[in-house]
Amino acid sequence: MSAFCGKYQDELIANAAYIGTPGKGILAADESTGTIGKRLASINVENVESNRQALRELLFCTPGALECLSGVILFEETLYQKTASGKPFVDVLKEGGVLPGIKVDKGTVELAGTNGETTTQGLDGLAQRCQQYYSAGARFAKWRAVLKIGPNEPSQLAINENANGLARYAIICQENGLVPIVEPEILVDGSHDIDRCADVTERVLAACYKALNDHHVLLEGTLLKPNMVTPGSDAKKVTPEVIAKYTVRALQRTTPAAVPAIVFLSGGQSEEEATLNLNAMNKLKGKKPWSLSFSFGRALQQSTLKTWAGKEENVKKAQSAFLSRCKANSEATLGTYKGDAAKGEGVSESLHVKDYKY
Amino acid sequence: MSAFVGKYADELIKNAKYIATPGKGILAADESTGTIGKRLSSINVENMESNRQVLRELLFTSPNALSHLSGVILFEETLYQKTSDGKPFVEVLQENSVLPGIKVDKGTVDIAGTNGETTTQGFDSLGTRCQQYYKAGARFAKWRAVLKIGPNEPSELSIQQNAQGLARYAIICQESGLVPIVEPEVLTDGNHDIGKCAAVTETLLAAVYKALNDHHVLLEGTLLKPNMVAPGSDSPKVAPEVIAELTVRALRRTVPAAVPGIVFLSGGQSEEEATLNLNAMNKLEVLKPWTLSFSFGRALQQSTLKTWAGKKENVAAAQSAFLARCKANSDATLGKYAGGSADGLASESLYVKGYKY
Repeated sequence: MSAFCGKYQDELIANAAYIGTPGKGILAADESTGTIGKRLASINVENVESNRQALRELLFCTPGALECLSGVILFEETLYQKTASGKPFVDVLKEGGVLPGIKVDKGTVELAGTNGETTTQGLDGLAQRCQQYYSAGARFAKWRAVLKIGPNEPSQLAINENANGLARYAIICQENGLVPIVEPEILVDGSHDIDRCADVTERVLAACYKALNDHHVLLEGTLLKPNMVTPGSDAKKVTPEVIAKYTVRALQRTTPAAVPAIVFLSGGQSEEEATLNLNAMNKLKGKKPWSLSFSFGRALQQSTLKTWAGKEENVKKAQSAFLSRCKANSEATLGTYKGDAAKGEGVSESLHVKDYKY
Repeated sequence: MSAFVGKYADELIKNAKYIATPGKGILAADESTGTIGKRLSSINVENMESNRQVLRELLFTSPNALSHLSGVILFEETLYQKTSDGKPFVEVLQENSVLPGIKVDKGTVDIAGTNGETTTQGFDSLGTRCQQYYKAGARFAKWRAVLKIGPNEPSELSIQQNAQGLARYAIICQESGLVPIVEPEVLTDGNHDIGKCAAVTETLLAAVYKALNDHHVLLEGTLLKPNMVAPGSDSPKVAPEVIAELTVRALRRTVPAAVPGIVFLSGGQSEEEATLNLNAMNKLEVLKPWTLSFSFGRALQQSTLKTWAGKKENVAAAQSAFLARCKANSDATLGKYAGGSADGLASESLYVKGYKY
């Protein structure tokens, strides 16, 4: 057979299509305990469970925000957390028309013999974990593969290993009712130009879709979460229109029309940059047989976090900042963003962290 | 780099896009001398150069037929032939806005250790040959890879060899200004169902596009010539709508949007079947980021050939038959074919077991 058609087939197709609804996107709130600790530390908040719960409640209960979202990716701890008044977060999301998602990878490990390249772990017992997450209400999953650009990178080994890992993860998810988000992130670190990023992105995506085909993954029940095609972090910036053109061309050359939606990661881009780039892509004329949306973490939460600063009295203002970014990105998926959300505190602040590990 | 961008890049993109013009398609008139011999003998015509020239002149000068075509694939001999009043065929085509194409492969050879599976030859001096063909007026090329369905077929070896071969051929063409038509044909022979054909077609096309990416082929300057997804020749037939649905699904799962057009081969289908299936695909209401058209040989020429029967007095009637099929297929690319140009000849199956050409 080419595509595996198990008992969840129709549901996977319907959920993947729903996540790609124009005007909606994904909030990536799946920071691991270690990573969210860094975020909290940056606003002088202690990394205890109650604070992690308070932050996510702030986000999920922002009036009006959930309408801009079709999915939220959660870390395992959060999947089982509740609001202060005892309502499971999963129920809050479902009632708001938002599908709960779950990060299922267990981080990266180095590939011996390479120059710091990595592969991603998490396949052990993955099927059982997916079943448990499905029972808890999750309907999609996420697994982050990471590649970098260097003089000899990404190596063929890194490309093959990561593509194969993504494909194995994807089919296991589909066997257990979760739509797999396929995330082959090429880090922005480096002084390379946008052409180099385009070449690498096209090669990596071609390898991913070959692997997905080899592993019988049902493309109509998947999503892609790629990097945008941009110059390296140490290279000269270009306009959103240029990023849009290169990114869409790379996708046209590699991503089959059967994939219903592409939800970009924001990498180290500032909130405003990420929104402007997404907007430019949706304004671009050309063949785009998939919807183009967002799956942003830092680029949706940065100014919200700063505004909150861990203080109860700032919650409303922080929620306002969050709603503002949600709306901006919702408009960007329709190509109608006018740049009016750019006044928030920190929205233009670069979120690039060299050699980002999370 | 990912895609090779040489001096012909803009021209390749423009020509590929032109061939994919909605309402137009390709006449595959590239039968080798041996193969055209079989066609001619079926109407009791001797296989001599003059007869081969007469047949092609009949086709290329059919009044109004060329308006439905964006390209014609030629065999090498024909590229250098002329009409009876001395006009090069290439000029006849060019004057009617039809791009001349050229078959560049040199047939198939068996792969040892397999059960009759084949790979395609033709690489030696291919670059030089392409340059010569370009000078002679050709602007696209064609290379046919052949795979079959069986208990253990197609094998991984056969898929890899044929995909790699198509990719090498494609990049060499692009270096020399010819748009490569990538043709990975899965034969209809067999009693498998349509689901099996779909699975094999998807696996094969995925391998082909991975190979094209590995070899830095510029997809915007290529065309795809696949089989339609259909039941095996020994299996019960299905409706055109079913063929359309499974074919388009297979393509949506494998063919990147950067490819401007898909020009189907007709395999052993009758003229009418091929047209009805193409029409059903274009009526299908699903997103298709490439145009869906035809590159038909037998399915455009069969009734024309029979009507001609090698006799000068039949030429006008034969040209009429040819125009009817061209128009029918042109309509089919727009989903507008209403049926009815199918007299008895057009419904005749053109299936030949183990077809070699």
